[in-house]
Amino acid sequence: MKIRIKFSKYGSLRFIGHLDVMRFFQKAIRRAGIDVAYTTGFSPHQIMTFASPLGMGMCSLGEYMDIEVHSHQGAQDMKERLQAQCPFGIDILSVKALPEPEPNKKVVSAMASVSAASYAAVWKEKGRSFCDYSGQCADFLAQEEILVEKEEKKGTVFRNIRLGIYELKIEDDALLFTVDASSSGNIRPSWVVSRFLDFIHVAAPDSALQIIRLELYTHQGDGPERTLIPLDAIGEEF
Amino acid sequence: MRLPDFENRLALSDEILLSVDKPARYIGGEVNAVYKDKKKIALRFAMCFPDVYEIGMSHLGIQILYDMFNRYEDVWCERVYSPWTDLDRILRRENIPLFALESQDPIREFDFLGITLQYEMCYTNILQVLDLSKIPLLSKDRDETCPIVIGGGPCSYNPEPIAPFFDLFYIGEGETVYRRLFDLYLETKAKGEDRASFLLRAAREVPGIYVPALYETTYHPDGTIASFLPTAPGVPAKITKEIVMDLDRAPYPQKPVVAYTKAVQDRVVLEIQRGCIRGCRFCQAGQIYRPVREKSLERLKKDALELLEGTGQEEISLNSLSSSDYSHLKELVDFLMDTCREKNVNISLPSLRIDAFSLDVMGRVQDVKKSSLTFAPEAGSQRLRDVINKGLTQEDILQGARMAFLGGWNRVKLYFMLGLPTETPEDIRGIAALCNEIAALYYDVLPKEKRSGPVQIVASTSFFIPKPFTPFQWAPMCTKDEFTHKAGLTKHAIHEQLNQKRIKYNWHEADLSVLEGVFARGDRQIAPVILRAYEKGCLYDSWGETFRYDLWTEAFAECGVDPDFYTVRQREKEEIFPWDFLDCGVDKSFLWKEWQKALRQEITPNCRQACQGCGAARFKGGVCLEKREGAAV
Repeated sequence: MKIRIKFSKYGSLRFIGHLDVMRFFQKAIRRAGIDVAYTTGFSPHQIMTFASPLGMGMCSLGEYMDIEVHSHQGAQDMKERLQAQCPFGIDILSVKALPEPEPNKKVVSAMASVSAASYAAVWKEKGRSFCDYSGQCADFLAQEEILVEKEEKKGTVFRNIRLGIYELKIEDDALLFTVDASSSGNIRPSWVVSRFLDFIHVAAPDSALQIIRLELYTHQGDGPERTLIPLDAIGEEF
Repeated sequence: MRLPDFENRLALSDEILLSVDKPARYIGGEVNAVYKDKKKIALRFAMCFPDVYEIGMSHLGIQILYDMFNRYEDVWCERVYSPWTDLDRILRRENIPLFALESQDPIREFDFLGITLQYEMCYTNILQVLDLSKIPLLSKDRDETCPIVIGGGPCSYNPEPIAPFFDLFYIGEGETVYRRLFDLYLETKAKGEDRASFLLRAAREVPGIYVPALYETTYHPDGTIASFLPTAPGVPAKITKEIVMDLDRAPYPQKPVVAYTKAVQDRVVLEIQRGCIRGCRFCQAGQIYRPVREKSLERLKKDALELLEGTGQEEISLNSLSSSDYSHLKELVDFLMDTCREKNVNISLPSLRIDAFSLDVMGRVQDVKKSSLTFAPEAGSQRLRDVINKGLTQEDILQGARMAFLGGWNRVKLYFMLGLPTETPEDIRGIAALCNEIAALYYDVLPKEKRSGPVQIVASTSFFIPKPFTPFQWAPMCTKDEFTHKAGLTKHAIHEQLNQKRIKYNWHEADLSVLEGVFARGDRQIAPVILRAYEKGCLYDSWGETFRYDLWTEAFAECGVDPDFYTVRQREKEEIFPWDFLDCGVDKSFLWKEWQKALRQEITPNCRQACQGCGAARFKGGVCLEKREGAAV
């Protein structure tokens, strides 16, 4: 049975990398006594995949991993057991069962199914807010081109990220935006933030802002019918 | 909208953490790290491994003491490691004091800073930790507000080269008298007695404690030691190591701290015994941890299960100097194999002798993938193996290799030392000949259709460094040129072999070995050199990318110290060694006897075969009390 686990990452654990999170969960799952499935072969390892890696220094309310288990005592039990093994900085937010794939089809892994991600950017300095700039969001999005520099083998290339920005607004103190996070068109949140700061003529070092991933989305339908749904919306209670 | 907590409660700003390599080294908060309310704590201890986090976190001794100290309600033990060079520069530039991982509080605020001394090449890192903590580098310059700086671990068996940097050393195994030391500290503090009074009382009242400031050395005109004596009444002239006689009753961490970032030792470590029966004459551990004391099978089974449960690790490793000599190895391995198969845990079995039993075990553990097999003949000829008392014969090695080849292995690693006492070019050519013979054996033993690819032999040599408390403590060490010449000779001899294409040869630069040789048998005159080298920028000397031999050479010259005095000189029987005031249980007269036997190429039976009366029987335990012929208790 495939299980999708949603978790948060915050506090000092902002400074542990993606591979460290994976190693952490491998051990936490063992300590929690979850009946996890292993690959076969000469060096068995837990069947475990993660959705899009989170940049160093960022926090998240929407991290996902998929695991496979042989047996369980319900989602609530699994959530509590795993939570008991988590330090300050990781919380288990939801545990859901992924639907059985249709015959002859594979389950789409957490990693492969990501199409978009939403983020918040807030000032670390207390009392500082984006709210004065809420009027500029529409103008920012009205640009035809939002260019970012990208280092590639051939040298620096420019990429227009405008179409990959699906939504951008200011709410409370935070700058909120939803962007393409698919493997082919992934947009780094820092690009959006720095272009927006340029647009509103605010100069600040990267470390002055905290970026928080709010959710990862997959999509249903295509073309005009296409809608984004959170990664755990396709899972079921058990 | 409710945002997650991103407030920085760390000693380093987000900006710094995001600018250094592997920030996880500095944030603490690992699984099983211990947090306490510092208002309820009487004594704060910062435990330091003076190397980078991933190395320090892999060390068993710190995990044992960290666990033991934190079981004391009134003590909070935290950890600190050497910041890597990137953070080192930032801390200096921004004037940020070095901090402990758990509380993130400056080390300067602690009662104790304990530094484990696992290898000589960490000595400049000790100064780095002190310096970044804003603690004066020399004990004599410290005031009442400074933590007590205490050293321990194998290198404290010759603490003299670093003596002026420490307030005291704990000689021997940590499990025994730390509580007494803490109680004395709390008592003197409560009475308002000063630092000097605590140190004096520690030297007088707590066994195993060495306070360097309370001893004075005088020298002969030739530079050797004339006398080494305490300067205050009641301070012992000889300090006996501390030792745990019943390991079953000693504390062992059930929940060691598990690093987020990948530590070098990313597995559960099960210590099965301390000490070694073998008595190889080059080996310091084989002498200073005498006598061999085993843990019971029952205790180990319990420990193994608890450790796997408490950490979630996916691999378990046995720890000892010579696992094959553990009396219940078969039962233990059978138990672990059953348990581990069930739990999908890997077993790693280092320091096993290659024989039918170990090959069977490894075959079962490693299953399909056969990794390489390791032998440590240490010397290329039987003659030289007799000199070093390495009880491994050519026949043992060839028999082990034959069985291994038949069992499906085709890669063999061989470890040798160059520069052993009495070594001749013939012995060195023996290294090449042995490698060749093993390669040839592969083709003899296996018909073509049964071979899984060509055989691969990897021969590695290290340079022999005489260590204190070994029979070779009197022996001269080779010069850098001699070492380099010997490595060249080895390489040449391997090239002459019929199967030379199947043999890969690795060796190291000799610079580091020369320096290690100076520190190993150095006296207090070396301390100014270490200080000078540190001031010149030496740091992380055990790391190839940061080792600066040129700066060390300058430091020796500027301090007027001749490194050759400590390395290449032949010592006389009567010479007083800088470490002679320490008593590790093995008598100097026994070591001399062994040195003479070495020169006559005579071997000595191991502790289980026949007691040699080394002196360790006075601890009344371990192998010394086992029933066997020739016991001298």
